[in-house]
Amino acid sequence: MSKSQILTHAKGQQVVLQLDKINKIFNEGTPLANHVLHDVSLQVSRGELVALVGTSGSGKSTLLNSMGLLDVYSSGELRIQGHLTQGMSEQQRTQLRSESIGFVFQFHHLISAFSAIDNVLMPLMLRFGKPNKEQTEYAKYLLNEVGLAEYADKPTNRLSGGQQQRVAIARALVTRPALVLADEPTGNLDTQTADEVFDLFERFNVEHKCAIVIVTHDPRLSARCPRTIRLTDGRIVYDGASADLPNEFTKTV
Amino acid sequence: MLFVNSIKHLHNSLWIEWRIAIRFLADNPLQTLLISVAISVGAAVIVFITALIMGLQSNIIDKTLGTQAHIRIEATQQHNNFSEFPDGKYVWAMESPRAQRLQSINNWQEVRDALDQNSVFNTVSPLISGPAFATKGTARASVALMGIDPKRYIGIINLKDYLTDGRFSIEASDILIGYQLAEDLGLQTGDKLRIDAGDNLQSVMNVAGIFELGVRELDSRYVYTSLKQAQTLLNLPGGITILEIKIDDVFSADYWAQRTQKLTGLYVQSWMESNGQLLNALSSQSMTTQMIRIFVAMSVIFGIASVLAVSVVQRTREIGILRAMGSSQQQILRVFLLQGGLLGLAGSLLGVFIGFTLIEIFNAIDAKLFVIRLESSTMLSAIFIATLAGVLAAMVPARRAAKYDPAVAIRYV
Ligand SMILES: Nc1ncnc2c1ncn2[C@@H]1O[C@H](COP(=O)(O)OP(=O)(O)O)[C@@H](O)[C@H]1O
Ligand SMILES: [Mg+2]
Repeated sequence: MSKSQILTHAKGQQVVLQLDKINKIFNEGTPLANHVLHDVSLQVSRGELVALVGTSGSGKSTLLNSMGLLDVYSSGELRIQGHLTQGMSEQQRTQLRSESIGFVFQFHHLISAFSAIDNVLMPLMLRFGKPNKEQTEYAKYLLNEVGLAEYADKPTNRLSGGQQQRVAIARALVTRPALVLADEPTGNLDTQTADEVFDLFERFNVEHKCAIVIVTHDPRLSARCPRTIRLTDGRIVYDGASADLPNEFTKTV
Repeated sequence: MLFVNSIKHLHNSLWIEWRIAIRFLADNPLQTLLISVAISVGAAVIVFITALIMGLQSNIIDKTLGTQAHIRIEATQQHNNFSEFPDGKYVWAMESPRAQRLQSINNWQEVRDALDQNSVFNTVSPLISGPAFATKGTARASVALMGIDPKRYIGIINLKDYLTDGRFSIEASDILIGYQLAEDLGLQTGDKLRIDAGDNLQSVMNVAGIFELGVRELDSRYVYTSLKQAQTLLNLPGGITILEIKIDDVFSADYWAQRTQKLTGLYVQSWMESNGQLLNALSSQSMTTQMIRIFVAMSVIFGIASVLAVSVVQRTREIGILRAMGSSQQQILRVFLLQGGLLGLAGSLLGVFIGFTLIEIFNAIDAKLFVIRLESSTMLSAIFIATLAGVLAAMVPARRAAKYDPAVAIRYV
């Protein structure tokens, strides 16, 4: 981090994520070309909780995957914690991803061959090999935080949907990432479970000061995020305080 | 320090790949079991066929060489000498080959002693061999008179093992004859037998023992006597006609025959030259089994490859997750290579066990058949090759898994 320049927000906060005119075109140069993201520019600072909303097909997942270096964008500039990601090799992208970013997906995407605690430890094990005591303790602590201490050694396919999603949140946090990207993490859960899961995001956002970008269709949940970004057809049509989101948008989520 | 760290890093990073590979295999027990059994059947066939053919061949060679020296040294054959041809002129010569009379190896004791120095030669045994007639009453048979040094000759053919009657003695006028000759002439141990080598050289001998070498030609013609008796009868005082040699590595006979030829200038022949047909048959047999082994190994490799190809597709989403969790492409690659290697290892361990059992059963069925021995080197190489083959087979599917686009893989259902 010392080498690259760390941008700071107007209010003096560290900028974790900075996008400048990001475009994404699927199947570029073929007749099937599909221009999904148009000149998307945004910044996310340390400790922010951002809701990313928009109709289905508006490009939310594509944007999240580009920000998380899971996918390559077609043009524009993307910085993660000050690191410019253009021209990075697959290996460098993988390293930056594993150091800085935690993911939570809609379908709780755990690896069923492993126990809950092993799933939580997976990002650390992939990076450092056999976990040490401190890492294991931290994973246990996180499982306890999400209320699943007693399920640590259970295979994950015995857990309910909400429980699995909570394991996935613990897993996203285990590397103490600067940025957590969550793609409809509550989309598959009933209202009450969704609220509980969202509570966790809120809590970790405050306690760990990690920036969280969360894609959601639920206006109640996006209202609980201080900031909302709205995508329509791959363009940002609103980026500001959730409270000020124009009514025309809140109806059609 | 850097080196130690990188080794540590490698070990640590392989740790998780091992774990994932093993969990993936264990997570799909039926598939893992089925392919392991398939691999093991292939490995068992390879192990069994290899051991069977090796056993068969060494049995044939043992049988052939049981009654033969590995290397024979004879006196140089007699040939016509030509006076020098005048330069620049063609000479037409009509040559009739010379009759070969019995001829002794010059200075054979020295040659023998020199060869004794070479530790490769286990036995160097002098032999004087020539034609004679054996008569009993009015019955006559043509025989090969074999004068031997008994202490040395048992290193060439251990006659004691082949005796069917009587005792092993060629002292004084004692002789040993083949059972076929005994039958032809109606002889028993203790009977007298007249040996006539022509030129009025004859002697009455005492049949001390009867042997059966299992080769009709030998059993009906060989008459063993002492060197001295044979020398007298064949009119070759102090001489011998052949030096016979046995060595440990029977397949180096050609090499040692050539060396001996250069060293002594005598006529040297190895068993490999005189049994060319047999060796040809054996080597084409080896080639056939090699083909079988290759085809079985190929079907095993394709089996592993196809199972892993299916497994890679089944695990698409998990591969995507692992990538999102920060695993590198190389890690994914290694996870699947390890799975291939583990399948090869597990399958071949089981296969070697099955092959071992098959061989035990084969050996137990009929003790009169030859015994197959399973060398531990065969087992180890089968396991090693199968494990390597597993890794190779995993190459294509593993590369495919590593190349998955994580953003696409994550969405896979
Ligand atoms: N791998 C892909 N190849 C081609 N088009 C894609 C691919 N992934 C997504 N898209 C297209 O991009 C658009 C945005 O998709 P997505 O980002 O999944 O939307 P959202 O998450 O907002 O529902 C859609 O039109 C979709 O068809
Ligand atoms: Mg989506």
